[in-house]
Amino acid sequence: MTGNDATAEAMRQIAPDVVTCFPITPQTELMHKFAEHVADGDVDTELVLVESEHSAMSAAVGAAAAGARAMTATAANGLALMWEIVYIAASYRLPIVMPVVNRALSGPINIHCDHSDTMGCRDTGWIQLYSENAQEAYDNTLQALRIAEHPDVLLPVMVTFDGFILSHTAEILEGLEDAEVKDWIGTYEAKYSILNTDDPVTIGPLDLQDYYFEHKRQQVEGMRHAPDVIREIGRAYGELCGRSYDLFEAYRLEDAELAVVALGSTCGTTKVVVDELREQGVKAGLLKIRSFRPFPEAEIAEALGNAKAIGVLDRSISFGAPGGPVHKEIKAALYGTGHEIGIVNYIYGLGGRDMSMNDIKTAFAGLEKVAREGTPDDNIRFLGLRGEGGV
Amino acid sequence: MSQMTEIRWHARGGQGAKTGSLLLAQAAAMEGKYSQGFPDYGPERMGAPMRGFTRISDEPIRVHCAISEPGMVVVLDDTLLSMVDVVGGTPVDDGLIVINTLKSAADVRSELKLEGRKVFTVDATGIAISEIGRPIPNAPMLGALIKVSGLLSLDTVKGQLKKKFSHGFRPEVLEGNLRAIQRAYEEVIGE
Repeated sequence: MTGNDATAEAMRQIAPDVVTCFPITPQTELMHKFAEHVADGDVDTELVLVESEHSAMSAAVGAAAAGARAMTATAANGLALMWEIVYIAASYRLPIVMPVVNRALSGPINIHCDHSDTMGCRDTGWIQLYSENAQEAYDNTLQALRIAEHPDVLLPVMVTFDGFILSHTAEILEGLEDAEVKDWIGTYEAKYSILNTDDPVTIGPLDLQDYYFEHKRQQVEGMRHAPDVIREIGRAYGELCGRSYDLFEAYRLEDAELAVVALGSTCGTTKVVVDELREQGVKAGLLKIRSFRPFPEAEIAEALGNAKAIGVLDRSISFGAPGGPVHKEIKAALYGTGHEIGIVNYIYGLGGRDMSMNDIKTAFAGLEKVAREGTPDDNIRFLGLRGEGGV
Repeated sequence: MSQMTEIRWHARGGQGAKTGSLLLAQAAAMEGKYSQGFPDYGPERMGAPMRGFTRISDEPIRVHCAISEPGMVVVLDDTLLSMVDVVGGTPVDDGLIVINTLKSAADVRSELKLEGRKVFTVDATGIAISEIGRPIPNAPMLGALIKVSGLLSLDTVKGQLKKKFSHGFRPEVLEGNLRAIQRAYEEVIGE
């Protein structure tokens, strides 16, 4: 199954009450597949076809506020168009689950993978889970529902997976039985519903100087509980099917001197490179981030504590900032830990530029010098770029 | 690390290399193998050069990048031979190239100044026109690839094709494709 098929399969098994839908490459096949399930009567989901992504998220917010299990999916410019409502979904504490098929933002217009779409909304108040392959996109979608609906969290969750590289690649998927998924997700009873006239509530009124600040603080609280919940659900999922999940994965990292930090599909390629380097006697390792929001700062700093040099891979740019979004988080996480570790940021793969094993070897090779000499002046590098500034 | 087979497809948009690369991967899965199939979606224009990729392995496949050193190459359009480095990265000793062309393997070899490797040719377009009624050479090229590589059983590939064409296609289309696979399987020759 492709990543899109795998995610549509998870959605079929979840059978949300409401799915709102607007197509955008490379998400189109996902919703196409799910719409087929609706048309074939495999699910009794109310499929709401809307005229834009802004409306897709608005309708999902409305459905979730009424107490429904609501989902949608998008990518890139579609996510950008729903931006306003993405914030609103989080602030209303609505447990919407949304697969986002990572794609570069225009312009110039490009349909291929990078992380500029989801990285751009890292501060919207959504939980973000990144996936290495189609299997993880499926597994993360099933877990996301439980995380979002957990009473200590009550926040929307984005499950991201790389456009085309995962969304359009046929891979092997080990799915759960329909009955297992049904048991896993259970039934959902929303704490509040705007349709419950016995217990009337108002969702989304004007909230000015008097309480807005306190409500924002409550969102922080939900996010603060999320790491424990994500871990707990990741363990329970492991007991169910043998594939357990944590906030991040440390791959051959314990004694690694040269560590790469990454997220998304390139982590799999990096693991193969790490294995090759290990065979050559290089102490290489990978830290794969699964949960970027919440960002498990202290645990990541500890896991990287033995490294002598760190290369952070970013598939997006934060213009005008010192490096990409992942790079800045890693640097901030290490601040004050007492470890003076050389760090280099490798921006790579923008607009779908292939990230080959040789590119990753180049990144590791660069780290050997950093391990000896510390963070260099040219610590923001463009991996796989032609021309000036490229490595 | 266990052996992984990597196959690169060269074609023009509309010739079915995307379907071919994915269908081969799905057929491999039917034989209990791990597999990946994907194209490198270019400008998505009919006639534009494009590539497809298939990986098959007994172990889970972790890499997610294009294939730069394929053990096998399938070329669906011989006008690409002079434009694209179709054999790039293939091993000289046992690289395997299958081409849809009226030319002989020896002609292709001299045109590409190709040393080593095994070269096979088949008139997949001719087969497609006579069996399917349209010049879409992906199905016969699958048949040819299976014959010269022995990667999977032909029945598995045919079974996967039946699955693919069971929904929304006229039965004649499926039957034509099955005949085309069989004919290319029998007619591919090389050295």
